[in-house]
Amino acid sequence: MLNMFEVIETNHMIEQEKLDVRTITMGISLLDCCDNDLARLNEKIYNKITSYARDLVATGEAISRDFGIPIVNKRISVTPIALVGGCACKTPEDFVTVAQTLDRAAKTVGVNFIGGYSALVCKGMTPAEEHLIRSIPKALAVTERVCSSINVGSTKTGLNMDAVRLMGEIVVKTAEETKENDSLGCAKLVVFCNAPDDNPFMAGAFHGVTEADAIINVGVSGPGVVKVALEKARGENFEVLCETIKRTAFKITRVGQLVAQEASVRLGIPFGIIDLSLAPTPAVGDSVAEILEEIGLERVGAPGTTAALAMLNDQVKKGGVMASSYVGGLSGAFIPVSEDRGMIEAVAMGALTLEKLEAMTCVCSVGLDMIAIPGDTPATTIAGIIADEAAIGMINQKTTAVRIIPVIGKTIGDTVEFGGLLGYAPVMPVNPYSCEKFVTRGGRIPAPIHSFKN
Amino acid sequence: MNKVIITVLGKDTVGIIAKVCTYLAEKQVNILDITQTIVQGYFNMMMIVDMDQANVPFEQISGDLEKIGEGIGVRIKCQREEIFTKMHRI
Repeated sequence: MLNMFEVIETNHMIEQEKLDVRTITMGISLLDCCDNDLARLNEKIYNKITSYARDLVATGEAISRDFGIPIVNKRISVTPIALVGGCACKTPEDFVTVAQTLDRAAKTVGVNFIGGYSALVCKGMTPAEEHLIRSIPKALAVTERVCSSINVGSTKTGLNMDAVRLMGEIVVKTAEETKENDSLGCAKLVVFCNAPDDNPFMAGAFHGVTEADAIINVGVSGPGVVKVALEKARGENFEVLCETIKRTAFKITRVGQLVAQEASVRLGIPFGIIDLSLAPTPAVGDSVAEILEEIGLERVGAPGTTAALAMLNDQVKKGGVMASSYVGGLSGAFIPVSEDRGMIEAVAMGALTLEKLEAMTCVCSVGLDMIAIPGDTPATTIAGIIADEAAIGMINQKTTAVRIIPVIGKTIGDTVEFGGLLGYAPVMPVNPYSCEKFVTRGGRIPAPIHSFKN
Repeated sequence: MNKVIITVLGKDTVGIIAKVCTYLAEKQVNILDITQTIVQGYFNMMMIVDMDQANVPFEQISGDLEKIGEGIGVRIKCQREEIFTKMHRI
């Protein structure tokens, strides 16, 4: 039978250490909504989302009440809209109407984000996919809850450099379209390499074509719990350190597994995966950077940061895998700058640079995330940053992504407020030298060789 | 069995267990186990109960107990057992 210490430990994690389930994300396939007629397409999409996800929010809240665990977000991911809207959408403006439909459906069912305004163009772009990409700045400006993601490369196909170059321009245009709100549109736009089909986390969630009609994916979180556990292992060797992280990750993930199974039964929708990511928030004591500092770095960004992060990420997975029947999504420590108080402080004091962040993304999910850069950064430079990050993913067979915000009207030293879970960020300097001739060459970077790994 | 864990945390006063138990008896909730300690004047109690025969839904019991707790200056929380067993048992 349970003893009191176990009960107190669990409740302490929830109340003091900010243990929560970050998101229950319902993936919904929209492939059966395809239609030649734009109005009918929009109607079918709206009807399917609002009928499948009708009880999502209420169910999430009921589970939260029953177990006494906060479930922070209830969200929806859908089939990449470039595939669904291909028949009906002949212009970027047509795609914007679909974005508005997604936004309306999200508001009707009460979810705070809906992901899947996406195109998978890792090898080439169809006309529909290009229309969707070109519609992103407008779509993200006129909607509130829609998130967009574009997959521009993979280990199997190489990098679509035409798409990379285009995305550099789209990021800048999205920033301009939403400049009244500190270019917030870019916080809802992710450029991926090796994007997973079952990621529950925004802004990069979409419901891949390999998935079932509907599925429940859950993202857990608990940087605060790991940090507090490590406080008790100060001065211990790596063996003790790793064991502590694994045990803690196991406990955190079990809660996610329980919530996922319960949601699956109550909603009558199959359970997909648990995403084992340590996802920080701007709240005090909910920071991945603070874990790294607890491990022994004076500040995140110091030499040793990449090694510490690699170890942390691997131990979280080792502990979490055993706690869940199915693991997927991104599964790793997130290092979004604006959403992590420790990262923000490290950037502000000059300990953490864009280049070090790039190195860190080699060993953890997911990539250059929620980074504010000067608004006058050229589109080709942003394309270069995307290409660098995508190359890391392509060569290392991992997911990488770029969610970068060129804040129009702001420059190095300024601070940007995104609000809520998106947090705030100091504007970071970018290497001023040009890569224009490189990114404008056109074509593809071929798929890498899968042997001679060095 | 519909096991629920009720935890009570707060300053020790007379009649905490009595109030909670009286309420549970009214609602046909069976108490399976009670553990309690007092650490530095703070009252810590854990009850394992079975709500299988309860005559009102979980949400109501949970809400009522919270209010009873507020009335006597302690925090009372109801959680289904699985969150603890999943976390602490393989």
